[in-house]
Amino acid sequence: MIEVRNLCRSFAGRPVLDDVSFRIENGESVAIIGRSGSGKSVLLKHLIGLLQPDRGAVLIDGENIVGMNERQLLRVRRKFGMVFQGAALFDSMTVAENVAFGLRRYEHLSEEQIASRVAGALEVVDLAGTEEKSPAELSGGMRKRAGLARAIIYEPQIVLYDEPTTGLDPIVSDSIDQLMVRVRDRFRVTTVVVTHDMRTARRVGQRILMLHECRVHATGTPDEIFASRDPVVRQFIDGVADAKKPELIHG
Amino acid sequence: MFRLSPNQRVLAALAELGGIALLARDVLASLLKWRVAGRDLLYQIFFIGIKSQTVVLITGAFTGMVLGTQTYFQFHKVKMDTATLAVVGVSMCSELGPVLTALMVSGRVGAAIAAELGTMRVTEQIDALRALATHPVDYLVLPRIIAAHIALPVLTLESVMIGILASYFVGVNVLDIEPTYLWVNMLKYTHQVDLLIGLVKAFIYGGIIGLIGCYKGLTCGLGAEGVGRATTEAAVYGSITILIANFFLTLVMGKLVGLL
Repeated sequence: MIEVRNLCRSFAGRPVLDDVSFRIENGESVAIIGRSGSGKSVLLKHLIGLLQPDRGAVLIDGENIVGMNERQLLRVRRKFGMVFQGAALFDSMTVAENVAFGLRRYEHLSEEQIASRVAGALEVVDLAGTEEKSPAELSGGMRKRAGLARAIIYEPQIVLYDEPTTGLDPIVSDSIDQLMVRVRDRFRVTTVVVTHDMRTARRVGQRILMLHECRVHATGTPDEIFASRDPVVRQFIDGVADAKKPELIHG
Repeated sequence: MFRLSPNQRVLAALAELGGIALLARDVLASLLKWRVAGRDLLYQIFFIGIKSQTVVLITGAFTGMVLGTQTYFQFHKVKMDTATLAVVGVSMCSELGPVLTALMVSGRVGAAIAAELGTMRVTEQIDALRALATHPVDYLVLPRIIAAHIALPVLTLESVMIGILASYFVGVNVLDIEPTYLWVNMLKYTHQVDLLIGLVKAFIYGGIIGLIGCYKGLTCGLGAEGVGRATTEAAVYGSITILIANFFLTLVMGKLVGLL
């Protein structure tokens, strides 16, 4: 279970998160949406302790990770898998070495067992047979898939996705969405997706949480959010640059 | 780009020193629990030690030859030709060998470490490492610093040997110095302690190069400009620190062995 209480964070005096609070139950799938620069990725990085807030608390299974030092955080992070916006594959390693990274460091397995687990994880993400490729040889979508395989191979309780479909064409985006749903259902993991792609939010999220002006502006099921009459939510969903000119999209 | 006031510059420099000290503390903590993978350490020894051979050997050889030639020109006036290699031996062992080797390695390795870790930082690979429950100091910093500590004394030893041999070759074949006296005088006046001082210095310079390179990489600014600046600063700050440290090490070790 993830619980965020009164989280505040600013960069160079500019607030990015201001009194943000929410709770995500075990096994739940939540999409965090918001405009570019609204603090979605910053919030996600606070959940896994990659950033520390100015104030507030982040509780993972009831344990407050705020104020923990890096070594204490390592123990908590074993519960997490994270897929980064640019995949963040280690470019000095092959795909197989990337995927096996967590296994090699923390589980005492034979090379055969590691190879078998890697092949299994790559199959889940439809990347079978790419073990010996280097990250530079992969397309954007394939890199995201490899990043996902690396995140799920040690079967974490929580998987965080940072803009998983950004920069991908609609067909590849759709396949990544399907993959996230497959991983969620197959491994019964708690899923947190940061995105500004409304299709991804609708497909993957059982609940949507919208950040606006440093705060949680709206929260609800996808149906509730899509039916919302709130002008800020409406503007974001409809993708209108100027909310006063809705005729641009409604004709 | 905005300019910093003198006060801000001092504060920034102090903050940087504090950051390096904190990194050194983390490295020590990691070292005491030996959280380093043998494979990573071997690769770094290969990268820092083996791949620096050419540059270090060329530097050592030509430094030895120039020093020998210049010394000969002065000593020849007072008919002390055969003492030439003794000067080269002492200078190469305790000063020129370790310092020039460290400066060359700082330019090559310190900059490469900063560029590699800096690129990893801006492409979120270091965040990915942390998300995979791996401490960057254990995985990235410690192997590089240990490897630099090991590689620098070995490279220095090679540089000293090639410098003396190159100087001997030039002395005998170009400057017509009597070979036996040249060699015997070098052995007579170059003591083991000179070499020991050089190796201790090289060991310390290895740590300086590794620590500054890693610190600059881990804290580099965003984008290509940030990586570029970190790379330059790693080489420049590493070299300056080595030159400053060399003075104090010479003073302290000179006192310790009773040379002053």
